[in-house]
Amino acid sequence: MSWPEFWIVVLRVVATFALLLLVTLINVWAERKILADMQNRLGPRRAGPWGILQTVADGLKLFFKEAVIPRRVEIGMYLLAPFLAVVPAFLIFMVVPWGRPFTIGGNEVALQGADLNIGLLFILAMSSLAVYAVVLAGWSSGSKYPLLGGVRATAQAISYEAAMGLAMVAVVMFSATQGDGGTLSLSEIVERQAGTWGDIIPALEPVLRFVPRWNLFPQIVAFVIFFTAIVAETNRAPFDLVEAEQEIVGFHTEYSGMRFAMFFLAEYVNIFSMSAIAATLFLGGWNGPTFEGSVPAIVSGILPTVWFLAKTYLLVFLFIWVRATLPRLRYDQLMQLGWKRLIPGALAWLVLSTAVISFRQFGPPWSS
Amino acid sequence: MSPYFESYLTVGAFAVLGAILVMVMLGVAAVLRPSNPTTTKMLTYECGVDPVGSGWSQSYVRYYVFGLLFVIFDVEAVFIFPWAIVLEDLGTFGLVEMFIFISVLILGLIYAVRKGVLKWE
Repeated sequence: MSWPEFWIVVLRVVATFALLLLVTLINVWAERKILADMQNRLGPRRAGPWGILQTVADGLKLFFKEAVIPRRVEIGMYLLAPFLAVVPAFLIFMVVPWGRPFTIGGNEVALQGADLNIGLLFILAMSSLAVYAVVLAGWSSGSKYPLLGGVRATAQAISYEAAMGLAMVAVVMFSATQGDGGTLSLSEIVERQAGTWGDIIPALEPVLRFVPRWNLFPQIVAFVIFFTAIVAETNRAPFDLVEAEQEIVGFHTEYSGMRFAMFFLAEYVNIFSMSAIAATLFLGGWNGPTFEGSVPAIVSGILPTVWFLAKTYLLVFLFIWVRATLPRLRYDQLMQLGWKRLIPGALAWLVLSTAVISFRQFGPPWSS
Repeated sequence: MSPYFESYLTVGAFAVLGAILVMVMLGVAAVLRPSNPTTTKMLTYECGVDPVGSGWSQSYVRYYVFGLLFVIFDVEAVFIFPWAIVLEDLGTFGLVEMFIFISVLILGLIYAVRKGVLKWE
């Protein structure tokens, strides 16, 4: 690796990291503000304009809070759990392309942490790793309620992870027919959603030329399953039995001060990363009109990132909207929804969409 | 250095950076925050009363059944991902083969439901 290449890697890592931290700060504020608006309250408004510095103020406060370590904890695992919560949360976002690649001094710079050719499997692996934080935090607290909370949360997370994976397969399947062979790389999947459906189906061109070529339209069922699964996976209302502030005790009861803040940080990073993945898989990622030629080159270079953030924030808003609208599920209802609706639904959709795709690719089975 | 190795090196760098961030935040907090542990404060939380018995309690075995079911479906996903990528080369044979595999798994799920794994009393 030559020096320019090395600095490009450093730039990519730092830029992705900085983006993630910045949007997390905004997310926490946005959630409180939007929830307040939906519930006819004012919400944060003292710290900075429109209260936008509220998250910074809360973070600073947590720096000065005493972090009590109860006597009964299993100290090694207890201290390790916050790391296991935060690091996978950051790593998930790594493989998501958040802008169009550009060329600087003869070197191509991809706006993406790393373009792994197994991107989707990496996402599944990292979201599985995040479960360890919950298990270990609950178990190592040496207390009855966090232990129960941890076991409960684990069962929830793994149930919905299966549905999430199966919904992804349907997209991979579909994406494979949209270009040259199958792929798990997220940047490839994004590039295959460029243009409009009018280019693909010439018969309906006058109508479809305004419909972007997103996977959302042919894979709408997969999107609904995927979105439900990621809401459950990030432990958000109506699936927030993991913490359920008002009712039951969660896995991080024995954590206080900055160690608690780490779990909080991980949750909000996860919301953003998961929304970004959903936007990448279903809403075309950074694809969008860039008005090449009619605006300065710098504007059309930044526009893809703007589209990406707009789509992601649309989904983050959906997260918040769902939280403000739906009441919390009971635990048995949660499990029933996961195992009796989402997983069979995802499998049925996979079979159906594969059958349609193969019929179009290979013709009717009796012909071969 | 191959691009393959380079991208995984980037992943490693990212993980280290994340861990450093956590360490820095916890380290700064450790310097700034007061530390005044008292016996009462270090008691395990139990809704305000003194904790009873040990911190370890039994939990329902059905949580582990979910764990087992998850392993089945996650391994299934691991099989299905490569299949979804190379289906075009496999043709109708691969399609039918995988449908059989999926239906066997659905049978397994139906069996679990009929056994009452998802019922909570």
